Amino acid sequence: MPGAAERPLSPHLQIYRPMLTMMMSIVHRITGVALYFGTLLPVIWLLAAASSPEAFATVNGLLGSWIGLIILFGYSWALIHHALGGVRHFVWDFGHGFGPQARELLAKATIGGSVVLTVLLWIVIAVVKG
Amino acid sequence: MSTSSRTPSGASMRTPRRKVAGLGSARSGTGHFWLQRVTALANIILVIIALPIVISMAGGGQEAVLSTLRHPLAALVLLLLLLSMTFHMRIGMQVVIEDYVHSEGTKVLALIGNTFFTIAVGAAGAFAILKISFGG
Repeated sequence: MPGAAERPLSPHLQIYRPMLTMMMSIVHRITGVALYFGTLLPVIWLLAAASSPEAFATVNGLLGSWIGLIILFGYSWALIHHALGGVRHFVWDFGHGFGPQARELLAKATIGGSVVLTVLLWIVIAVVKG
Repeated sequence: MSTSSRTPSGASMRTPRRKVAGLGSARSGTGHFWLQRVTALANIILVIIALPIVISMAGGGQEAVLSTLRHPLAALVLLLLLLSMTFHMRIGMQVVIEDYVHSEGTKVLALIGNTFFTIAVGAAGAFAILKISFGG
Protein backbone atom coordinates (compact mmCIF):
# COMPACT_ATOMS: atom_id res chain seq x y z
CA MET A 1 0.00 0.00 0.00
CA PRO A 2 1.61 3.32 -1.01
CA GLY A 3 2.53 5.56 1.88
CA ALA A 4 1.94 2.81 4.45
CA ALA A 5 4.50 2.66 7.21
CA GLU A 6 7.02 -0.20 7.23
CA ARG A 7 5.90 -2.19 10.22
CA PRO A 8 7.87 -4.94 11.94
CA LEU A 9 6.44 -8.42 11.34
CA SER A 10 5.72 -10.72 14.25
CA PRO A 11 7.96 -13.81 14.38
CA HIS A 12 6.63 -16.70 12.32
CA LEU A 13 6.40 -20.44 12.97
CA GLN A 14 10.01 -21.38 12.28
CA ILE A 15 11.27 -18.99 14.97
CA TYR A 16 9.76 -21.00 17.80
CA ARG A 17 10.99 -24.24 19.34
CA PRO A 18 8.36 -26.88 18.55
CA MET A 19 6.11 -27.53 21.52
CA LEU A 20 3.40 -30.09 22.15
CA THR A 21 0.56 -27.54 22.31
CA MET A 22 1.78 -25.96 19.07
CA MET A 23 1.95 -29.37 17.36
CA MET A 24 -1.56 -30.16 18.59
CA SER A 25 -2.82 -26.92 17.08
CA ILE A 26 -1.22 -27.84 13.75
CA VAL A 27 -2.56 -31.41 13.91
CA HIS A 28 -6.03 -30.06 14.70
CA ARG A 29 -5.93 -28.03 11.52
CA ILE A 30 -4.46 -30.87 9.42
CA THR A 31 -7.09 -33.33 10.65
CA GLY A 32 -9.75 -30.71 9.93
CA VAL A 33 -8.58 -30.34 6.32
CA ALA A 34 -8.28 -34.14 5.95
CA LEU A 35 -11.81 -34.61 7.29
CA TYR A 36 -13.06 -31.93 4.90
CA PHE A 37 -12.12 -34.18 1.99
CA GLY A 38 -12.72 -37.36 3.98
CA THR A 39 -16.44 -36.53 4.17
CA LEU A 40 -16.51 -37.65 0.54
CA LEU A 41 -16.04 -41.26 1.73
CA PRO A 42 -19.39 -41.72 3.54
CA VAL A 43 -21.20 -39.47 1.02
CA ILE A 44 -19.98 -41.51 -1.99
CA TRP A 45 -20.85 -44.68 -0.08
CA LEU A 46 -24.41 -43.40 0.55
CA LEU A 47 -24.76 -42.25 -3.06
CA ALA A 48 -23.69 -45.69 -4.25
CA ALA A 49 -26.24 -47.32 -1.95
CA ALA A 50 -28.89 -45.00 -3.38
CA SER A 51 -27.87 -45.74 -6.99
CA SER A 52 -27.67 -49.45 -7.75
CA PRO A 53 -26.53 -52.80 -6.31
CA GLU A 54 -23.57 -52.74 -8.74
CA ALA A 55 -22.42 -49.26 -7.70
CA PHE A 56 -22.77 -50.19 -4.04
CA ALA A 57 -20.83 -53.43 -4.52
CA THR A 58 -17.97 -51.49 -6.17
CA VAL A 59 -17.72 -48.75 -3.53
CA ASN A 60 -18.33 -51.12 -0.61
CA GLY A 61 -15.71 -53.47 -2.00
CA LEU A 62 -13.14 -50.66 -2.23
CA LEU A 63 -13.86 -49.42 1.30
CA GLY A 64 -13.82 -52.98 2.62
CA SER A 65 -10.43 -53.79 1.05
CA TRP A 66 -7.27 -53.57 3.13
CA ILE A 67 -6.39 -50.15 1.73
CA GLY A 68 -9.98 -49.00 2.20
CA LEU A 69 -10.02 -50.16 5.82
CA ILE A 70 -6.69 -48.43 6.53
CA ILE A 71 -8.10 -45.20 5.07
CA LEU A 72 -11.29 -45.61 7.15
CA PHE A 73 -9.16 -46.28 10.24
CA GLY A 74 -7.24 -43.06 9.56
CA TYR A 75 -10.48 -41.20 8.91
CA SER A 76 -11.95 -42.39 12.23
CA TRP A 77 -8.78 -41.39 14.11
CA ALA A 78 -8.78 -37.94 12.46
CA LEU A 79 -12.46 -37.51 13.37
CA ILE A 80 -11.94 -38.52 17.01
CA HIS A 81 -8.74 -36.47 17.34
CA HIS A 82 -10.41 -33.40 15.82
CA ALA A 83 -13.46 -33.91 18.07
CA LEU A 84 -11.30 -34.16 21.20
CA GLY A 85 -9.36 -31.10 20.02
CA GLY A 86 -12.71 -29.35 19.77
CA VAL A 87 -13.57 -30.37 23.33
CA ARG A 88 -10.19 -28.92 24.38
CA HIS A 89 -11.20 -25.66 22.72
CA PHE A 90 -14.49 -25.74 24.63
CA VAL A 91 -12.52 -26.09 27.89
CA TRP A 92 -10.42 -23.07 26.89
CA ASP A 93 -13.56 -21.13 25.85
CA PHE A 94 -14.78 -21.42 29.43
CA GLY A 95 -11.49 -19.99 30.64
CA HIS A 96 -9.93 -23.18 32.00
CA GLY A 97 -6.83 -25.18 31.13
CA PHE A 98 -4.45 -22.37 30.20
CA GLY A 99 -1.84 -23.09 32.90
CA PRO A 100 1.55 -24.61 32.02
CA GLN A 101 0.63 -28.04 33.43
CA ALA A 102 -3.03 -27.97 32.40
CA ARG A 103 -2.41 -27.23 28.74
CA GLU A 104 0.27 -29.95 28.47
CA LEU A 105 -2.09 -32.39 30.18
CA LEU A 106 -4.91 -31.47 27.80
CA ALA A 107 -2.64 -31.96 24.80
CA LYS A 108 -1.47 -35.38 26.04
CA ALA A 109 -5.05 -36.39 26.89
CA THR A 110 -6.11 -35.47 23.34
CA ILE A 111 -3.41 -37.66 21.75
CA GLY A 112 -3.85 -40.56 24.17
CA GLY A 113 -7.63 -40.30 24.13
CA SER A 114 -7.82 -40.23 20.34
CA VAL A 115 -5.63 -43.33 19.96
CA VAL A 116 -7.44 -45.25 22.73
CA LEU A 117 -10.92 -44.33 21.48
CA THR A 118 -10.05 -45.17 17.86
CA VAL A 119 -8.71 -48.62 18.80
CA LEU A 120 -11.73 -49.14 21.08
CA LEU A 121 -14.10 -48.15 18.25
CA TRP A 122 -12.58 -50.72 15.89
CA ILE A 123 -12.62 -53.41 18.58
CA VAL A 124 -16.34 -52.69 19.08
CA ILE A 125 -16.90 -52.82 15.30
CA ALA A 126 -14.97 -56.12 15.05
CA VAL A 127 -16.94 -57.62 17.95
CA VAL A 128 -20.35 -56.42 16.68
CA LYS A 129 -19.66 -57.42 13.10
CA GLY A 130 -17.99 -60.70 14.03
CA MET B 1 -7.33 4.21 -1.03
CA SER B 2 -7.68 7.28 -3.24
CA THR B 3 -4.64 9.44 -3.81
CA SER B 4 -6.67 12.62 -3.34
CA SER B 5 -6.57 12.12 0.43
CA ARG B 6 -2.78 12.34 0.44
CA THR B 7 -0.38 15.21 0.79
CA PRO B 8 2.23 15.70 -1.99
CA SER B 9 4.75 13.87 0.24
CA GLY B 10 2.52 10.78 0.25
CA ALA B 11 1.36 10.90 3.86
CA SER B 12 -2.31 10.27 4.44
CA MET B 13 -4.46 13.23 5.45
CA ARG B 14 -7.11 10.93 6.88
CA THR B 15 -7.53 10.96 10.61
CA PRO B 16 -7.22 7.64 12.48
CA ARG B 17 -10.96 7.91 13.19
CA ARG B 18 -11.75 8.23 9.48
CA LYS B 19 -9.53 5.26 8.59
CA VAL B 20 -11.41 2.80 10.76
CA ALA B 21 -14.91 4.17 10.18
CA GLY B 22 -17.01 1.48 8.55
CA LEU B 23 -14.28 -1.14 8.91
CA GLY B 24 -15.22 -2.33 12.36
CA SER B 25 -17.00 -5.45 13.50
CA ALA B 26 -20.46 -4.09 12.61
CA ARG B 27 -21.63 -6.21 15.55
CA SER B 28 -20.97 -9.45 13.69
CA GLY B 29 -17.35 -9.97 14.75
CA THR B 30 -18.03 -13.02 16.89
CA GLY B 31 -20.58 -14.59 14.54
CA HIS B 32 -18.06 -16.79 12.75
CA PHE B 33 -16.40 -17.92 15.98
CA TRP B 34 -19.78 -18.67 17.52
CA LEU B 35 -21.07 -20.70 14.55
CA GLN B 36 -17.88 -22.77 14.55
CA ARG B 37 -18.57 -23.64 18.21
CA VAL B 38 -22.30 -24.30 17.74
CA THR B 39 -21.72 -26.62 14.76
CA ALA B 40 -18.84 -28.28 16.65
CA LEU B 41 -21.16 -29.05 19.56
CA ALA B 42 -23.84 -30.32 17.18
CA ASN B 43 -21.23 -32.49 15.41
CA ILE B 44 -20.12 -34.13 18.66
CA ILE B 45 -23.69 -34.84 19.82
CA LEU B 46 -24.83 -36.09 16.41
CA VAL B 47 -21.73 -38.26 15.79
CA ILE B 48 -22.35 -40.03 19.11
CA ILE B 49 -26.02 -40.61 18.21
CA ALA B 50 -25.13 -41.62 14.64
CA LEU B 51 -22.40 -44.07 15.64
CA PRO B 52 -24.67 -47.10 16.32
CA ILE B 53 -26.65 -46.27 13.16
CA VAL B 54 -23.50 -46.21 11.01
CA ILE B 55 -22.12 -49.39 12.63
CA SER B 56 -25.40 -51.22 11.94
CA MET B 57 -25.27 -50.08 8.29
CA ALA B 58 -21.58 -50.81 7.68
CA GLY B 59 -19.92 -54.06 6.78
CA GLY B 60 -23.08 -55.70 5.45
CA GLY B 61 -24.62 -55.62 2.03
CA GLN B 62 -26.64 -52.87 0.42
CA GLU B 63 -29.81 -54.18 2.08
CA ALA B 64 -28.37 -53.36 5.52
CA VAL B 65 -27.91 -49.72 4.44
CA LEU B 66 -31.34 -49.49 2.84
CA SER B 67 -33.28 -51.07 5.71
CA THR B 68 -31.50 -48.93 8.35
CA LEU B 69 -32.06 -45.68 6.47
CA ARG B 70 -35.75 -46.45 5.88
CA HIS B 71 -36.25 -45.74 9.56
CA PRO B 72 -37.14 -42.00 9.69
CA LEU B 73 -35.14 -41.33 12.86
CA ALA B 74 -31.97 -42.86 11.42
CA ALA B 75 -32.31 -40.79 8.25
CA LEU B 76 -33.04 -37.65 10.27
CA VAL B 77 -29.96 -38.06 12.48
CA LEU B 78 -27.71 -38.56 9.45
CA LEU B 79 -29.28 -35.58 7.67
CA LEU B 80 -28.73 -33.32 10.67
CA LEU B 81 -25.15 -34.58 11.04
CA LEU B 82 -24.44 -33.96 7.36
CA LEU B 83 -25.90 -30.45 7.58
CA SER B 84 -23.93 -29.55 10.69
CA MET B 85 -20.74 -31.16 9.36
CA THR B 86 -20.78 -29.48 5.96
CA PHE B 87 -21.49 -26.11 7.58
CA HIS B 88 -18.60 -26.66 10.00
CA MET B 89 -16.42 -27.72 7.05
CA ARG B 90 -17.29 -24.59 5.12
CA ILE B 91 -16.47 -22.06 7.80
CA GLY B 92 -13.43 -24.06 8.94
CA MET B 93 -11.93 -24.21 5.47
CA GLN B 94 -12.75 -20.51 5.03
CA VAL B 95 -10.40 -19.69 7.92
CA VAL B 96 -7.66 -21.93 6.48
CA ILE B 97 -7.97 -20.23 3.08
CA GLU B 98 -7.93 -16.75 4.63
CA ASP B 99 -4.83 -17.69 6.64
CA TYR B 100 -2.74 -19.05 3.77
CA VAL B 101 -4.01 -17.58 0.49
CA HIS B 102 -3.09 -13.91 0.32
CA SER B 103 -3.49 -13.10 -3.36
CA GLU B 104 -6.92 -11.51 -3.61
CA GLY B 105 -8.09 -13.21 -6.80
CA THR B 106 -6.97 -16.71 -5.80
CA LYS B 107 -8.44 -16.22 -2.35
CA VAL B 108 -11.88 -15.26 -3.68
CA LEU B 109 -11.81 -18.20 -6.11
CA ALA B 110 -10.83 -20.58 -3.30
CA LEU B 111 -13.61 -19.23 -1.06
CA ILE B 112 -16.15 -19.70 -3.87
CA GLY B 113 -14.79 -23.21 -4.53
CA ASN B 114 -15.13 -23.93 -0.80
CA THR B 115 -18.78 -22.89 -0.86
CA PHE B 116 -19.49 -24.93 -4.00
CA PHE B 117 -17.73 -28.03 -2.64
CA THR B 118 -19.37 -28.08 0.78
CA ILE B 119 -22.87 -27.39 -0.57
CA ALA B 120 -22.43 -30.03 -3.30
CA VAL B 121 -21.20 -32.62 -0.77
CA GLY B 122 -24.06 -31.77 1.60
CA ALA B 123 -26.69 -31.85 -1.15
CA ALA B 124 -25.38 -35.11 -2.62
CA GLY B 125 -25.37 -36.84 0.77
CA ALA B 126 -28.80 -35.46 1.69
CA PHE B 127 -30.21 -36.59 -1.66
CA ALA B 128 -28.86 -40.11 -1.16
CA ILE B 129 -30.24 -40.35 2.39
CA LEU B 130 -33.68 -39.03 1.38
CA LYS B 131 -33.90 -41.18 -1.74
CA ILE B 132 -33.18 -44.32 0.29
CA SER B 133 -35.41 -43.26 3.17
CA PHE B 134 -38.35 -42.53 0.86
CA GLY B 135 -37.89 -46.02 -0.57
CA GLY B 136 -36.49 -45.01 -3.97
